[in-house]
Amino acid sequence: MDPVLDIQRLSIRYAGAPAPAVRDVSFTLGRERLGIVGESGSGKSTVGRAIMRLLDTAEITADRMQFEEVDLHNAPERQMLDVRGKRMSMILQDPKFSLNPIQRCGHQIAEAYRTHVKCSKSEARARAIAMLEQVHIRDPERVYDLYPHEVSGGMGQRVMIAMMLLTDPDLVIADEPTSALDVTVRLQVLRILDGLVRDKGIGLIMISHDLNLVRAFCDRVLIMYAGRVVEALDARDLDNAQHPYSRGLLAAQPRIGGTREPLPVLARQDSWLEPLEAQA
Amino acid sequence: MKPITIDRLAISFGPVRVLHDVSFDVAAGECFGLVGESGSGKSTILRCASMLTDIWEGRVRIEGQDVRKMPVAERCRTVQMVFQDPYGSLHPRHSIRTALDEGLRINGFDDREARLAQAMRDVGLPVEFLDRYPHQLSGGQRQRVAIARALILEPDVLFLDEPTSALDVSVQAEVLNLLVRLQQEKGFTYLMVSHDLAVVDHMCDRFAIMQHGRIVEVLDRAAITGGGATQPYAKQLIDASLEYESAI
Repeated sequence: MDPVLDIQRLSIRYAGAPAPAVRDVSFTLGRERLGIVGESGSGKSTVGRAIMRLLDTAEITADRMQFEEVDLHNAPERQMLDVRGKRMSMILQDPKFSLNPIQRCGHQIAEAYRTHVKCSKSEARARAIAMLEQVHIRDPERVYDLYPHEVSGGMGQRVMIAMMLLTDPDLVIADEPTSALDVTVRLQVLRILDGLVRDKGIGLIMISHDLNLVRAFCDRVLIMYAGRVVEALDARDLDNAQHPYSRGLLAAQPRIGGTREPLPVLARQDSWLEPLEAQA
Repeated sequence: MKPITIDRLAISFGPVRVLHDVSFDVAAGECFGLVGESGSGKSTILRCASMLTDIWEGRVRIEGQDVRKMPVAERCRTVQMVFQDPYGSLHPRHSIRTALDEGLRINGFDDREARLAQAMRDVGLPVEFLDRYPHQLSGGQRQRVAIARALILEPDVLFLDEPTSALDVSVQAEVLNLLVRLQQEKGFTYLMVSHDLAVVDHMCDRFAIMQHGRIVEVLDRAAITGGGATQPYAKQLIDASLEYESAI
């Protein structure tokens, strides 16, 4: 099967920054779930934003940035308007800040649909309500008319997921989709997202700093450090990660029922900037 | 080492009752956790007990002394707080020296230069960092400064409001290790808010699970893995955390 997304040697330098934020990142994505993990500042969100072409002032170089038949590197913005939000969409971290506070939840979902699909208002409304049902909102008609401040964080994030999946995209980038949510609702939201992504055969990029989450909800994982991919592996092999940075991240996590010994701390080394093959 | 007693603590913001008669005890030298979903009132307990708000009812005593009746200076030298977000809790235009020195000056400490240096060493930062500004430090370093600022007044009780939730796992490990070491060295009593049961299990001896401004259940650390919770919400929260952690 053709890959949904093919990125080769992507580098990104923000305007005025002395060094690139992302260097030589390459990966391909099929209809699968790819996790990108790393610490804050490692460049993982920057990669997501570059794919969505949201970094208009940054200097981006790449050998290849192909999304299906679209060349993301050179496509004119007119074409991107048709791609972004329709064929690829992005779920952001915190529904409190990413939903419009003065518009009803349902209107925002219907608007996203009507931006890309020609249809009547009532049809958009019906579709939005059906989508709200698909993200397990029990009383979609009522939630449609609520403002974002009237819904809980978990429900807000489900509204966002509904909005992003309504146009049947081929690629969804979820940037820390659950880190603003409580543990009790986090799993529920992830399961809903996971179920929809599988059912619809969507390619998913899950950007997260949470290794457990990525292990559970992704097929493959890229581990980023200082703007580079230092290791790529199958999610189920995450515990056997080889790169010292990956191993350090795994070990630094406190675990329920752990020994309460002092937690291992990362002793950062310059050699970590090399990808794994170069180290061996 | 001083124990904390919280007795029927209640507060309303306008018509909204945020805490309903919350009572619990923390033993001297213990680390006690407060967990629960956002909005359940965990941080509000810390803000009340440290007198950052004073419109509450009930009694909070530290080693038998009512915090309401303590003179301000004494209260500040007994209880200090470390806030969640090290990016927001340090004044951006004050150097680290100014931030740490302020408390010393107000409380009339002598030998301030030596105390500043000692506080930096206690939290594992180079003494030269005193002349830096917050933006010149990383998140973990800033949180160390926030901890240094709390312990420089030699308090007995530290309130920790999600001290690591704004930090990466790798940096979280450093800060947790630091907090454990300081407790062993200085015998602090910790009251710690966290939403992460793995952190609570690592740090705390006992913890209270909160929901809608009430304490649902107070549990031993062993109850997390041992299934000791009896209340439905406590079980639900622990199960969700276990499930989330055990690679699901």
